[in-house]
Amino acid sequence: MTKNILVIQRTAPYGSSLGREGLDYVLTSAAYDQNISLLFLGDGAFQLLSNQQSKHINLKNQLSALEVLPLYDIENLYVTQEDLSERNLSQSQLGIKVIVIKRADVHNLIEQQDHVVGF
Amino acid sequence: MNVSLLILSEPYSSQSSLSALKYAKAALLAGHSIPRVFFYHNGVHTGSQLQTPQQDESNIQQEWVELANEYKLDLVICIAAALKRGNLTVDEANRYDRQQYNIEAPFELSGLGQLLDAQLNSDQMITFA
Repeated sequence: MTKNILVIQRTAPYGSSLGREGLDYVLTSAAYDQNISLLFLGDGAFQLLSNQQSKHINLKNQLSALEVLPLYDIENLYVTQEDLSERNLSQSQLGIKVIVIKRADVHNLIEQQDHVVGF
Repeated sequence: MNVSLLILSEPYSSQSSLSALKYAKAALLAGHSIPRVFFYHNGVHTGSQLQTPQQDESNIQQEWVELANEYKLDLVICIAAALKRGNLTVDEANRYDRQQYNIEAPFELSGLGQLLDAQLNSDQMITFA
């Protein structure tokens, strides 16, 4: 029984382990053949930055973990233009292919889902 | 309605840990069912039976135990998140050669697949972060 599940990542990649543990849920759900989309909302946008140097703080690289998602057929990664620009981020600074949507379209994305969970 | 709970917050540090307990009681009293309560992230500390709050404070672990016994609740703690934070059942303590354990029934340790199962088989999943 494949369902559409949206996982919302709301935290920056380090500082809290929530982003990492949210990603573990994504990988588990994908292993059970669910159709997963990911929305990087608010400070979650920082998870997408290229050139993360997390080994200096003894943590696994969040971007490297996100890079395995296509192997699980997870290719619907979303971020909002507003969240990027409010944080002075440009698409060229992102290390992974992501779909940029308008904040006003987030509710459409949510309405397309069977289930939503936020981390 | 079937409502499962995802609890991410740590007992005594975050108000939402107590809010989850109050929500669960209210939902059950109103006749809803709670197929599973899943403890993840810092919420994995909720099941520690070594919690020793002062007498005029709620014992959150004990309140979950009482609620689970009354309503036959399924209290599942994420095993990977629990082990790294030092929350072990006697079986895991033996497996990893630890001298202590602090998790007992009705709490159990299991994998994230149980969270997916809860999400897929509930009308709603409410997160307490």
